[in-house]
Formats: sequence, structure tokens, C-alpha cells
Amino acid sequence: MTLSDETRLEMYWMMLLSRRLDERAWVLHRQGKIAFHISGIGQEAAQVGAAYALRRGYDWVAPYYRDLALMLCLGYEPREFMLSLMGKREEPSSGGRQMPSHWSLRRANVVSHSAVVATQCSHATGIGLAIKMRREDKVVLASLGEGSTSQGEWYEAVNWAAVHQLPVIFLVENNQYAISVPVEKQMAVPSAADRACGLGLRGVAVDGSDVFAVHQAFTEAVELARSGKGPTLIEAKMYRITPHSSDDDDRTYRSREEVEEHKKRDPLLVNRRILERDGLLTASRLEEMESRAKKMVDEAVQYAEQAPYPAAEEAAYPVYAEEVRHD
Amino acid sequence: MTEITLVEAIRQAMDEELARDERVFIVGEDVGKRGGVFRATVGLFEKYGEERVIDSPLAELSIVGVGIGAALYGMRPICEIQFADFIYPAFNQIVSEAAKMCYRSNGEWTVPMVIRAPYGGGIGGGLYHSQSVEAFFAHVPGLKVVIPSNPYDAKGLLKSAVRDPNPVIFLEPKKGYRLIRGEVPQDEEILVPIGPARVSRQGSDLSLFAYGMMHYYALQAAQKAAEEGIDVEVVDLRTLYPVDRETILTSVRKTGKALIVHEDNLSGGYGAEVAATIAEGAFTDLDAPVRRLCGPDVPAVPFSHPMQEWFMPNPQKILQAIRELAAF
Repeated sequence: MTLSDETRLEMYWMMLLSRRLDERAWVLHRQGKIAFHISGIGQEAAQVGAAYALRRGYDWVAPYYRDLALMLCLGYEPREFMLSLMGKREEPSSGGRQMPSHWSLRRANVVSHSAVVATQCSHATGIGLAIKMRREDKVVLASLGEGSTSQGEWYEAVNWAAVHQLPVIFLVENNQYAISVPVEKQMAVPSAADRACGLGLRGVAVDGSDVFAVHQAFTEAVELARSGKGPTLIEAKMYRITPHSSDDDDRTYRSREEVEEHKKRDPLLVNRRILERDGLLTASRLEEMESRAKKMVDEAVQYAEQAPYPAAEEAAYPVYAEEVRHD
Repeated sequence: MTEITLVEAIRQAMDEELARDERVFIVGEDVGKRGGVFRATVGLFEKYGEERVIDSPLAELSIVGVGIGAALYGMRPICEIQFADFIYPAFNQIVSEAAKMCYRSNGEWTVPMVIRAPYGGGIGGGLYHSQSVEAFFAHVPGLKVVIPSNPYDAKGLLKSAVRDPNPVIFLEPKKGYRLIRGEVPQDEEILVPIGPARVSRQGSDLSLFAYGMMHYYALQAAQKAAEEGIDVEVVDLRTLYPVDRETILTSVRKTGKALIVHEDNLSGGYGAEVAATIAEGAFTDLDAPVRRLCGPDVPAVPFSHPMQEWFMPNPQKILQAIRELAAF
């Protein structure tokens, strides 16, 4: 699939918007306005590249907590992210029940996930199974970190998807760290893609800083899945530029020099250069994007700050489906 | 009326629900060609095909996890865990995922699924084919926990479980699969509501609370007690969670004495919840301390016959407990 110039710029815009929202979350945390943030900085290219290979709103997604850019591509709105950070009532993933960035968005076919890593993988396989049973041509994307590939949860889900040739694409966002533990202590192979090969499905490793390379890899995987040719695992290599979360101090386990070195491969930088090289992204265009992002982020924060909290008693429901309220 | 076994009632329930609703499917180990190690799915593979009666990989957590995913997509999975003893790998999916899905998504996503598992001892199954797991799950909001004691309830409750919009843990007393027989009309649809306990024998001297296999024994013990002039009321708890506190309290307020029987370990077992319910809601009606007759606090049921029988409650032990409580 050849991407139009317009789409390529739009993909960069999604990455930029995600980055500016994410950065604002860190600021809000430092200001004491929010209790917690878990970041996706450095992972935007892989997420946007994957999202743009899907039929968004038609295909299904089982994400994990670093997928802000992916969520924005699926129609999640900046104000919804800010509502989630502040635990406000109209926050769409959980009405303020879950921590921020624990996504769910029914209108976009994004299923709810927990903080127990890799549990979403078998859900994606089950969705894939249901799609196949109904003879539909949808696909499902499951995303996860490289640490999650150490879990038995991951192994069982991927094995099952391969055995039953289900339309599932597993995106492993290999950001090199599971909190403080580096990837060398998660796997004895160079890439999670190699783990896939042992289970009998296609394993692809791609440069996760290059949004267009990721998109290309996903486009092929989605086509195969949609035409009944089974699952693919795509490992996008990247680097987690921030600490694990707002409660983490990464100076205790990695040097500043290491982080600075990897910032040279910051996906925003890498893709800006690609688009500048191709004559698409001019200084004035970039300036326009930046001011649009700032305006959207400001408005989102303002909206969320004024939005009401849930009433305390709302914590009592809905435990069972019969208690779901539609107000 | 036709008399059928407990396992046949379960098979019929699944057969009827598969026929009624094309969203329903069965997934588990050996449920397909083999028809289940206890033959609970026998004939269904041939009737509905391998896409609706799925032989899963030997992997319990994904039997449940894949079921959850399919349920989110709109299907109605019946997941079979071959023995309740093997459910722990799936514990994370049941407790962290299925049970919390509705709450954590503020009702946007629900998990209509049934997890069936044969439970209980007395069949020479040793430590890992005899366990009772109900207390773990009857502690978890978001789940419903159901244990039938007879073929009629087994069929009616399982059909209700398949139609329930929530995750239902459906535990089947495996010792009773062929031992417990009962009349189940074959020419009408049977649906037993999930929720209410049932007074299965009226009595006035004491209340005996049980479920599953122990309920079967409780009725036998109550019959013997009646011959000795002790009038026992028996309550089949059948839905363990959410707890039907009203039926428990109504019975104790009438009789003034409570005996709770389960084969699961005593401490922290389901009987503790029943006892606490009585202490909180019927304290002034009690004429005797609440009594529990349960499996001992050893890790699980031993294999060797004498040790197994030492572990298991049975009609004689229940009768003795009835006599003691009645004499208090």
C-alpha cells in the first residue's frame, strides 16, 4: 500500500500530538495535578505505523498501557486522555476506575486490559477465534512489551493463534527495558521475532523508530491475516526514553549517557528527517503542527480540570452486567 | 418423566444451548473426539463440528483467556477445565480479567461465559484429581459460583449459566456424575435461576447447609436422622456466590441450629461465610453454636483408600454431627 503525502504527514502529526500530550502529563505530575503517568515516549512510530495498517474502527485491538499514540490513531481524543489522567467521571475507559492509560474504547473496538502484563494476548487470540468462526475478514492487533514475551500468558496465546491460524498480529514493542530489567535478561535470542519462529508463525523484526518501515511490515501482516493466512509477530525495536512510570527513577539502573545516545534515534527526529528529505515537512508546516498540538493539549487540560469527579457511591457498581447504567 | 444421571443432564444442557444459540461453543481439553474424559460432551463434536466443540491445546489459562476474548467479541463460550485441580493456571484470567472486566470498563465490556470444572473427592483421585476450589472463587465479586447437586438443577442451572451475561464458575460434583440420578422432564425446557438457594427438605430441629456431593449425602443423613426422631431441614446452597443470605437466615431463624457441611478444607472455607452470615443476622435465634463438618486442614485428598475415607465427609459422619447438634 503506497501512502499518500497527506497520509504520511498525518502519521507524523499523530506522533507529534501523542508526544506533546505525553510530555504534558509529566508536567502535570510534577505540578502535583495528577497522581500517576506511564509514558509512551519513544514508542510512537511503531504504534502509528501499526494503526495505519489497520481498518480502524473495523478491526479489533487489545493494547497495553504505553499505547497512547495507537489510541489517538483509533479515535481516542486528547481530552479523554486528560480525563483519564485526572480520574474524572466521563473518562471513557473505566469512568475513573482504572489507572490512567489502561485503555478501553468500545466505539473503536479496543478491549479493556488490566495491569497484569500479557493477559491481553489470549483475549486477542479469542477475538481472532471468534472472527474466524464467523467467517469475517477482520483482524485483531495485540500489543505488548518485550518483557511480556517472558510470560506463559504470551506463549499460550501465540501458540494457539498459530495452531488455529487465526487473524492476529502481535506487536512486541521492544523498548529494551521491563522497568529496570534489560532485554538481555528476558530472552536468550536477539529478537522476540525469533521466539515466534519456534512456535510456527511468521516473526518479523523491524526498526521501530521508522514509522513507514513499521507500516510496511504491518501492511503485509494484515493482508495475510485478513486473507486467512494466519498470525504474524512483529517486533519493533525502540528505546524507552522516559522512566518506566512517574514512580520510577531510571538513574538507579541506567546511565544518562545511554539515554542521551538513544535520543538520537528518537522517532520524532527520525521521521521528521525522512519527511524533510522527501520535501514534505517544511519549517512552517512543522510550526503549524506544533501550535495546533499546543492548542489541543491546552484545551484538553482545561476541559478535564473543569470536569467533575465521579460520585463516591459510583464505586459500588457495575460489578455485574445487570448493574450497568447508561447515564 | 425420565430418570437421568447428573452428567447426562449436563450433556443435555450443552446440547440444547448449542442448538438454540449459534454463538455458544465449547472449548477444552479432550472435549471433541473423546467427548470429554467424563463423557460430558459425548456426541456433541459429531453433531456440531470441530469449530463449535474445540479441542484446545493442553493449556488451561488460554482456555479461559481465549474464551474471554471470544466473549468480548459477542460469543458465548463454555470453557471446560478437565479437573478443578487444574484451574489454577487460569486463576489469573478468571480473577484479574473475567471477574473485573465489567467493573473496570464501567460496563462497556462484559464477559458472558461459563467455566465448567468437575470437582471433589472420593473417587480415588489423590491430591490432584479431588480438590474443591469453590472458596477461591466465592471470594471474587464479578463471578457467579454455581454447584448443582442433582440432575434437574444441573441441567437448569447450566442452561441459565450459558445465558447469563456474566462469567459463571460451574463446579460439578464428579463423584455424583453417574451416582446421582434424578427425574428430568425431556419434553420441556428447564431453566433454574442462578441466585436462590433451595430448601430441599423441610424440618424444624436444625438446619443443614450443603451443596454438590455433600448435599446428596446430607439428604441421606437427614433421612436416617428422621428415623431417630430428629427433624432436619436441608438447604441446598447451589449458588454460592452471590450469597443467598436470606434463605440461610430464614431457615436458621426457624430451627435455631445450623450445621454446615462441605468437603473443602475447613479453615477459610465456604462454611465460614455461612457461619458469619448466621452470626451477624440470626444471633439471637441460635440455640447452639454453629457447627461445621468439613474436610480437614491437610493440603488435599490422599490417594490411598483409608486415608481418602478419613478425609471425606460421608452420610455417617454427617449423621453423627446431626445427633450431637440436636442434643445440644
